[in-house]
Parts: sequence; C-alpha cells; structure tokens
Amino acid sequence: MKKKKFKMRRAPFFLLGFFLILWVIGISLNEPTRVLEQAKSICLECIGIG
Amino acid sequence: MELARKWVQALWFFLANGFWGFPLTGNIYQGPLKIICSPGLNCYSCPAATSYCPIGSLQQLLLGVRFALQSGQFYIGTFVVGSMGMLGAVFGRFICGWACPFGFIQELLHKIPSPKYSIPVPLNWLKYLFLAFFVIILPLVLVDDFGMGKPWFCKYVCPAGTLEAGIPMLILMPDLRSTVGWLYFNKIVILIGFITWSILSSRPFCRTTCPLGAFYALFSRYQLIKLKLNEDNCTKCGACHTVCPVEIKFNETPDSCECVNCMRCMTEACHFGAISVEVAGYPMFGENLNQRKKPAHS
Repeated sequence: MKKKKFKMRRAPFFLLGFFLILWVIGISLNEPTRVLEQAKSICLECIGIG
Repeated sequence: MELARKWVQALWFFLANGFWGFPLTGNIYQGPLKIICSPGLNCYSCPAATSYCPIGSLQQLLLGVRFALQSGQFYIGTFVVGSMGMLGAVFGRFICGWACPFGFIQELLHKIPSPKYSIPVPLNWLKYLFLAFFVIILPLVLVDDFGMGKPWFCKYVCPAGTLEAGIPMLILMPDLRSTVGWLYFNKIVILIGFITWSILSSRPFCRTTCPLGAFYALFSRYQLIKLKLNEDNCTKCGACHTVCPVEIKFNETPDSCECVNCMRCMTEACHFGAISVEVAGYPMFGENLNQRKKPAHS
C-alpha cells in the first residue's frame, strides 16, 4: 500500500507571525491599558441606552 | 461528538460570562481578565462578561482614533486586531462552531420545533458589509464636532449586546430605565427578529450579520486547524450536505467561508473517511488512511 505524503502548509504560520507582530506593536503602544479601561466601563450607547 | 460540542459551547458560554457576583456588586466585572480577547461575540457590557469583545473594542478605538492621535497616543487597534488575527489564523471559524456564546444561543433556539427555512446565499455577503462599514468605516469616518465617531454596529445592530447587556443592565440598574428611548426599542425589535429567525433558520446572525464571523471567515483557506476533504475517499454521495447547519456542500467547497467547523459532516455523515481534521497540512484525526474509496450507492 502506498504511503501518503503530506505537505506542510506554511501560510498559517505567516499569518500567525503577522498578527503576533501587530499584537506586540499594540502592547508597545500601551493599547491594552485603553482596551481595559473601555472594557471595565459600561458603554450605554453600545447597548442601546442613552 | 455533537454532544461534546454542545458541552464545549456551554463551557465557553460560562467562561466568557463567568462573573456571577454582579447581583452583589450591582455592576459589571471590572477585573484584570478583561484584558483577554473573547474569541466569540460576547458583549463586554454584559454584567457577567469576563473578557472584552473584539468587535466592541475595535469600534471604540477607531471612533476615538483622531482624539487619541492628537493626544499623542497611537491607539489604532493593533492590539485588538492582533488578538483577533491570531485566533483566526489558528482556529478560524472553529470559534463560531465551538466557542461563540451567541452562536450557542442561536443553536438552542433552532431546536424549538417549527417549520425550518433555508437562508438565501446572497445574504451571506451582508456580514462582510457589516464588518467593513459598521465596524470600520463608519466609526472612523462619520465624526461629530469633537472628532468622535459612534460604535455603529454595537449601537444600531448588535442583538448580542441587547440580550447580554441591554436587558440585564436595565434590570440591574433601575435608574437607567428613564434613559430608554427609540434606540433601545429599535434594538429590541432587532433582537426579537433574530430570535424568531433563529427558530426558523439555522444560525441566521452568524451567516448574515456577524462581523466577527466575517473576519474569521477570511482565514478559512489558511487557518492552522481546518477540516480537509480527502478526495480519494469521497464517493460524492452527498451525505455531508444533509447534516450541515450552514447549508454548504463540503465535498464541493471544502474551504467555504461559511463553514463553522462543527464537524457534523465528519462525525455524523461521512462513513468513508473522506473528511478529516488537519493541522498545517498534517491529518490529526477523522481520516482512515487505510480506507479505500467505496462506490456510491446505486
């Protein structure tokens, strides 16, 4: 019986690397602090109130 | 497998909404876990939410981008897009099928006995318009005198926000009831519409409206973990078409952007080992490598 050969897909690793770089840039720009500030407060406008 | 998926969905539902102390605090969760990106659509203004919604956060950053740049702060959404992108590059729409709280709610609603209807294929494209316009372009471009935009998707569309945050917050904070206006009723109508549609059709919000699903769909061909069609084993019997909750023909379009990777075609329909789960090109499970192609039933 023939043994199947598998070819590794590289695209997911390039994508993962690209978005990892974006994520690190975001951290270096202190964006998580802003995201946390937003997530801790109730956005009334977002939920249709106010 | 389907039962296991339901348990995984339930687990993610409670992980994403795991703060049950809100009746005592009278407020939403404000702890450090909220720096974590919720993989699925889950409003961060929900009193029990333990993580941030990437769609909500991205809009908030984009609508205030002018103000932030003028203040010397480069908050342009790279952290949020990076988080979403890493999740998408690894799991793609596996997240929709296994970890999205609102997807789980829609699946439960669809179990209610009723006549069932399919969703016209062209409507599937709407979610990309919602992502492009309501999440990115409109919050960025349409600004007030102070240079601030609006969270268009959250404010005018998102039924998940109404269900998980709008209604609970009015119950939790009676003072807010006086501020309710047409916007709230508009969102209630949208929510009722999607609840009704979910009973009649499978996952209508995911398929036609969800911007997060649209973003993850962009990774369908390239995601690290994906379903694979083993053409040597496929008999083209069409069994995979019959079980698919999003009405795709897996053996014809194995990289379909609509596939939520629920794996029902693999575990419930295909008896020929034609569908497997692969990681970066290597089969992990589902494929019977020794299985020979069988003739289609006459």
